[in-house]
Amino acid sequence: MASIGGAVKDFRQLDLLATGDTGVHRLDARAKVLVTLVFILAVVSLGKYELAALFPFFLYPAVLMALGDLPVRHIARKVVVVLPFALMVGMFNPVFDQTVLVRLGPLGISGGWLSFASILVRATLTVGAALILVGITGFPAICQALDQLGMPRIFTVQLLFLYRYLFVLSEEGGRTARARELRAFGKKGLGWRSYGSLVSHLLLRTWLRAERIHLAMLARGFAGEFHPRRTTRFGGREFLFFAGWSGLFLFFRLVNVSQLLGTIVTGVLG
Amino acid sequence: MSHHIVEVKDLRHVYPDGTEALRGVSFRITHGESVAVIGANGAGKSTLLLHLNGYLATSQGAIRIGDFPLTPATLPEIRRTVGMVFQDPDDQLFMPTVFDDVAFGPQNLGLVGDELEARVQEALARVGAGHLRDKPPYRLSGGEKKRVAIATVLAMSPDILVMDEPTSGLDPFARRQLMALLKDFHHTRIFTSHDLDMVLELCERTIVLHKGEVRADGPTLDIFRDEALLAACRLEKPFAMQGCPVCNR
Amino acid sequence: MHMADALLSPAVGGTMWAASAGAIIYCSRKLRKEMDTGKAPLMGVLGAFLFAAQMINFTIPATGSSGHLGGGLLLAVLLGPAAAFITIASVLVVQALFFADGGLLALGCNIFNLGFFPAFLAYPFIYKPLVGSAPSKTRIAVAAMVAAIVGLQLGAFSVVLETVASGISSLPFATFVSLMQPIHLAIGVVEGLVTGAVVSFVYQARPEIIQSVQEARPLGATPSRNVLAAFLAAALLIGGFVSWFASENPDGLEWAIARVTGGEESAEPQVGLHARLAALQESVAFLPGYTFKKSEHQPENVAGQESPLGTSVAGIVGGLLTLAIAFLSGILLRKKDRMA
Repeated sequence: MASIGGAVKDFRQLDLLATGDTGVHRLDARAKVLVTLVFILAVVSLGKYELAALFPFFLYPAVLMALGDLPVRHIARKVVVVLPFALMVGMFNPVFDQTVLVRLGPLGISGGWLSFASILVRATLTVGAALILVGITGFPAICQALDQLGMPRIFTVQLLFLYRYLFVLSEEGGRTARARELRAFGKKGLGWRSYGSLVSHLLLRTWLRAERIHLAMLARGFAGEFHPRRTTRFGGREFLFFAGWSGLFLFFRLVNVSQLLGTIVTGVLG
Repeated sequence: MSHHIVEVKDLRHVYPDGTEALRGVSFRITHGESVAVIGANGAGKSTLLLHLNGYLATSQGAIRIGDFPLTPATLPEIRRTVGMVFQDPDDQLFMPTVFDDVAFGPQNLGLVGDELEARVQEALARVGAGHLRDKPPYRLSGGEKKRVAIATVLAMSPDILVMDEPTSGLDPFARRQLMALLKDFHHTRIFTSHDLDMVLELCERTIVLHKGEVRADGPTLDIFRDEALLAACRLEKPFAMQGCPVCNR
Repeated sequence: MHMADALLSPAVGGTMWAASAGAIIYCSRKLRKEMDTGKAPLMGVLGAFLFAAQMINFTIPATGSSGHLGGGLLLAVLLGPAAAFITIASVLVVQALFFADGGLLALGCNIFNLGFFPAFLAYPFIYKPLVGSAPSKTRIAVAAMVAAIVGLQLGAFSVVLETVASGISSLPFATFVSLMQPIHLAIGVVEGLVTGAVVSFVYQARPEIIQSVQEARPLGATPSRNVLAAFLAAALLIGGFVSWFASENPDGLEWAIARVTGGEESAEPQVGLHARLAALQESVAFLPGYTFKKSEHQPENVAGQESPLGTSVAGIVGGLLTLAIAFLSGILLRKKDRMA
């Protein structure tokens, strides 16, 4: 029960952030979607043992969260909470990869630890980028962007319906789950049988709801075709946004900026 | 103008499981009338409504909306003429934002661009929901959802407005707002409702259904004065017409 | 389990995205004719239902851990393969965007792993034949159980292949497999139980929901050819990965196979398989961008980066500086009068 409530609350919060009205919010969604994809590809394409080379990429989330007025703590919390699989697999790296790759004086850092740290940083960057995308764009706009970029209409319509009814169904599910818990009278866990029953009833009610929605659609003249939503402009600002960030990511990918900066600084100091 | 007349002749409907929902319902509603269809649960109100825009096919009896008999060919035009608002606004608002929902109907009628925009604005303004334009439905209150649901239907410029339980689930203030709105409409209006006080205020004519048949059809006040009829149909007088609970008169 | 961007290489991620996108396009085309029958709101609402159902938990007997419905097989039973695939894909998209589940690149893998196997393999080739045309409670339970287990095993195995092929994780194939498969066996049993229970219930309450799908496409007709082709494609894909792996790490695969079969594999079949798949491996090796042949098992060879790994203090200093600059710019750019 708590998990539904918590998850939906997060969903609402992120969705609410998307209604902001900053400069980045107003950009055409296509630009933002494309930049996010380039970002992720750039980050993910770095070698397994790269760590410092990943750091410059943090510029993107930092800048965008600032420009888009997104609360850092909220996003950071979500990133931290959802790393389990990557962590669980990644934590075997230090076990299986013990060759020392970096020496810091007497200290030797194995490849395993480097790659593990790299995994954590990658996860933070990529997951953060996805959350930021939603925060500054909003789900319907993302779906429209996908539609404009060539995704089949049936799929984008599906995404929109899903988004629309997520909240309704979660509420319904939450109510039923709560009723079930309240009748558990302190018994610790609820078995799969009562779960199966709960889910079955929810399913049937959902099916009936689908029929009613279809009815409402027919009543408003629906005949099998979904029409595109309003038109958007991909203009100069969008192009600049895309070209600028993509170029930067390419640069970060090809040049190890951390290394460069470090060499300059230690050269100056030393 | 025959184009706003709703004529139902001897309508019968039997569901696949054998329930006889309608047993020969007949009535005639003319332009601009405001009619309530009341009755106990299971009396056939919803089934009747579902026939009015062709969702349920007429197997026995006939329905005529304006100049058109209800046939598969005339369905699109009928659905434009008869605007139906359902009981649960969550079923009616199925698009990601209010704007998209209100635009859905006109888009299906072929409107695009500026014309579409104007139509949507107008419909939202009519129900006082212009400021809700870009909101997703899940962030609207019950009253707001109902108003937006009406806007989605108004955007198609219907001649006849049919509403299933318009005031159900609304708090007193939202209910008042909605009633004020509905009073203002000049369409032919057909409501089903358990809210008999609303019926008293908004509808000059009432049709009483009981077990699939029309038990009474006449001026609202006359019907609400007939206690025997009401009792037989599992109804009672509107609270406004019952004794005062304070002074007992 | 969900794949994550952090463990993925662009080549593997890209390939899986191509596969998933292709499947989405294929399914969308198929469904186009059915759009006027109310399939669209049904898929949307069932997706939301799945979402809600996944958030409610129950305890698994004898282990005390909690579980929930995955739902891929259930959706296939209710909607048919194409619609189920689209619905599952949509749920994963929302999870990736809003709940940071895995990542956007990994989405391609997840859609394939969690959507393709239940909808296009487990349902048509295991569930439907087992259930037959006169489903009884037992038949449904058995069919659901077997289909769920197989679907999840395939999905889990894909995750292993994708992770190993990406090379970011150092977990060896054999260890990974020996962890993933048993865990997913347990998950599969639970999934089978719950799916079977729900399908039985729905079948009793509203049988037309399920029969309509079964009657729509008899297994002998043309569409099954397409499904078979998809099966073949999946097999080739998996075969390609396995062959790559076999060439790089023959010991590991042998060890895994030996464990699975409980004895030594005779030389013949393995060589035969190996030879056939080695040919595939040649084509795999020509994938653009990254070659996985540059094995990450040789630490001195870091794909794509020119800076040598035997770095010194400079690299670390530079790294910290860069981080600081990144964060500082974020702070500076924030509007001064932002309300908390």
